[in-house]
Amino acid sequence: MQIREMNAHFFRGVIVTTEKNIRIYYTKAPVMIFGLLFPLFMFLSFYLGRELDLYLFFPGLLAMSLFFTASSVGPLITPWEKQAGTYERLLSFPVSINTIILGDILAGMVFGIIINMIVLIVGLIIFNYSINIFFLLFGVLLASFCFSSLGVLLASPSVRSPSHIMMFSSLIRFPLIFISGIFVPLENLQGTGRVLVYFSPITYLVDIFNLSFRGKSHIPLIIDFTMLFVFSVIFVSLSNIFHKRNLMKGL
Amino acid sequence: MKKENNKVIKVSELTKRFGNIIAVNHVTFSVNEGEIFGFLGPNGAGKTTTIRMLTGLLTPDSGDISIEGINIKRNPIKAKTKMGVIPETGNIYVDLTAKQNIILAGRFYGIFMRELNKRADRLLEQFGLYERKDNLVRTFSKGMKQRINIASAIVHDPDILFLDEPTPGLDVQSQRLIRNIITQMNQRGTTIFLTTHNIEEANLLCERVGIINKGEIVAVDRPEKLRRTFEATQSVEISFNKSINGDLIEKSNLVNRTEKLGDKWKLYTDNPDKLVKYLVKFAQDQDLIIVSMEICRASLEDVFVRFTESKIHAN
Repeated sequence: MQIREMNAHFFRGVIVTTEKNIRIYYTKAPVMIFGLLFPLFMFLSFYLGRELDLYLFFPGLLAMSLFFTASSVGPLITPWEKQAGTYERLLSFPVSINTIILGDILAGMVFGIIINMIVLIVGLIIFNYSINIFFLLFGVLLASFCFSSLGVLLASPSVRSPSHIMMFSSLIRFPLIFISGIFVPLENLQGTGRVLVYFSPITYLVDIFNLSFRGKSHIPLIIDFTMLFVFSVIFVSLSNIFHKRNLMKGL
Repeated sequence: MKKENNKVIKVSELTKRFGNIIAVNHVTFSVNEGEIFGFLGPNGAGKTTTIRMLTGLLTPDSGDISIEGINIKRNPIKAKTKMGVIPETGNIYVDLTAKQNIILAGRFYGIFMRELNKRADRLLEQFGLYERKDNLVRTFSKGMKQRINIASAIVHDPDILFLDEPTPGLDVQSQRLIRNIITQMNQRGTTIFLTTHNIEEANLLCERVGIINKGEIVAVDRPEKLRRTFEATQSVEISFNKSINGDLIEKSNLVNRTEKLGDKWKLYTDNPDKLVKYLVKFAQDQDLIIVSMEICRASLEDVFVRFTESKIHAN
């Protein structure tokens, strides 16, 4: 098969898979609960009853919202499709597992970006930030890809019940939030927390947002972007390995 | 146009293991262009594993598969464009409408939207679901879902159609409609590869059948030829006005095996003529009335049972 023809098949497959995911999974209850309600309630529990300077914490909260939304679609798709019996049909189309993985990642990414843009616009209306739009948008794009890849990776264990995966994904996603410097600024962290914080990809987005909104960053920007890229590569590679390994399991 | 010598599916020494279990063991067969090939076997025989390898879902441990001359291991995407697949566990998206499901499938093959719309409408008409085209599939019956499943698999006009158990659990009308569609597609030149438990279905549709048991091919031939191989498996079906003890008939030494089917006895024999004469005399002696009596040739089911049973006994 000609390389051009193969590329056409690949990109068409990715786009059609993404569209299918958007059409079917955005309105599913787990996506609504884990992608929208969870970050909202986390924000409320963090904010209510405390005298917090939201101007200071908004970049972190925006990063948290992007993390939850972008990583909420991926864990659902494969287990849902295996449970519904549509996964084998999807695999019978002229697509590879990489096509499906990328289509799932793009679906999560688009969901994260749309919701995040709404939160961003509200934030910009309320607070009078002078933002660095280039870093902000580049950060959103790269981080949404990274977080969505994590979501797809979390879907790789071979279970047929989406609820099991959603529980498992919460087990991974919540600690990443707590060690990310959203609730405690990086400069105030001490001891183990100061080391752990670098193992969460959210840390680097929070830092990019801090620079974009307030002109202050704790980590060099090039490191922030590089680390998000490295995390993305790791998540996509692991997704590829585990999804291939568990391809027929749970069918 | 059927071309007997043009083998569109060639399978050679195909083997697949799952841990210590050999699911498919050195399977070799071929399917001619334009034929309906039935792939039969009991549960767990390796039918689904074989079809999953043929359709590029599973990678074989060893052996070769060629689809229209394309090696599926080396070029799975190109091979997949030549085929339509209706997997055994494959379902359609219940959150999409009937038409959306067909269009989604067509888009994976790169069909332009205008053409795709026309094809989707034509298929919905053909499958008797045009009026329901904008309804969500979740509101459909099992038979209607299977029709959309098939429509989605053939929207790109595949050269080869793989069907893995397409009719179990469907109502009679849906079964007949699906069989008619398979026949029509075959008449237009599509090669059909059909796995089924339903011997009658294979008998009605298939020009050749392959029988797989315990992961190994035990027979590949035309159903009629296979039946002739088992001429000895002739039987006499008889029912009397009263219940009888089967041992009394077996004592005749004319019967190889007896089977009770409701109020009937199926008596397998090498010599139906002698057995019929014996049964008439037996009825007179026992003061019985013969309600019905029929000499049956070996059916495809008998062939299937003999092939799979002998293997089971051998094991």
